[in-house]
Amino acid sequence: MTEKAQTQEAEAPQFYLEEEHHPEGSTMLGFWIYLMSDCLIFAVLFATHGVLGRNYAAGPSPADLFDLPLVAINTAMLLFSSITYGFAMLQMERNAKMETLFWLGVTGLFGLAFLGLELYEFYHLIHEGAGPGRSAFLSSFFTLVGTHGLHVTFGIIWLVTLMVQVKMRGLIPENRRRLMCLSMFWHFLDVIWIGVFSFVYLMGVLG
Amino acid sequence: MSSQAHAPAHEDAHNVHHGHSHGHDAGHGSLKTYMIGFVLSVILTAIPFWLVMGEVFDSKILTAVLIMVFAAVQIVVHMICFLHMNPRSEGGWTVMALIFTLIIVAIMLAGSFWVMHHLNTNMMPMSPEMMKNMP
Repeated sequence: MTEKAQTQEAEAPQFYLEEEHHPEGSTMLGFWIYLMSDCLIFAVLFATHGVLGRNYAAGPSPADLFDLPLVAINTAMLLFSSITYGFAMLQMERNAKMETLFWLGVTGLFGLAFLGLELYEFYHLIHEGAGPGRSAFLSSFFTLVGTHGLHVTFGIIWLVTLMVQVKMRGLIPENRRRLMCLSMFWHFLDVIWIGVFSFVYLMGVLG
Repeated sequence: MSSQAHAPAHEDAHNVHHGHSHGHDAGHGSLKTYMIGFVLSVILTAIPFWLVMGEVFDSKILTAVLIMVFAAVQIVVHMICFLHMNPRSEGGWTVMALIFTLIIVAIMLAGSFWVMHHLNTNMMPMSPEMMKNMP
């Protein structure tokens, strides 16, 4: 009887140790669920823009304001940053630290170019008197595109943090996991941007 | 005794599952999938921009529908080639979470547009001059 209790006792910690490994594997699922909740935030903002996007309050319309070539360049920047992040992940799998860092740096630069162009656009709009307070259309536009821009900003901060981590600690399992989370985050932002340029810019200019 | 025999088997199954899931869902693609995704994305982005900037079709509705179709296709391409979604990853839970989110988003978007469109059509018509004098 006591022997049986002892074996059970001895087994219990072993089972617990196995469980300890579990969070490692489910980080990706947890992060994916976070991304899905983020997706809901953007869905609400898209719905808001869909409802308010035609209410110009006798102000400028998207066709007056949006510079489609600029938006196309912006889209290209984000798409390039997506593919270069993919290259960084491929180098990470090859255990090539310096190459990973190089491609992460390129990704960051494309991200910064995207942000710079977006801030230039915002500055230009506000300078023209088409700020967020002008009409319901512009309020929802600035909220939606601004939220996406904030996500990219935090993505870049996260990217720089990870570059420092990789530089200091190398491609240890923890850093690999973090890089994979950021990879999902970064590609997810590109997916959201598809919705933004299609639904907000192209459909807006179309009228 | 039976529990003793059971435990290692359970452990094994656990390990096998781990090894399996690590190979599949670790979110790794190959250079080929990334390049396919990139080329498809460029094409699927360029066409809608061309449709709008070149004013290819007279019908605005046709252009709008095409833009939405290209966006939907490109989102699927990104999901598969960049986010490496597949029905097996994490035992299917990522796909389940995605489907759940899509259902919620569809209900929310369709409901919002439906309700607000009705509200708009039932509003009193307003001229730009009236709007300018609004408080």
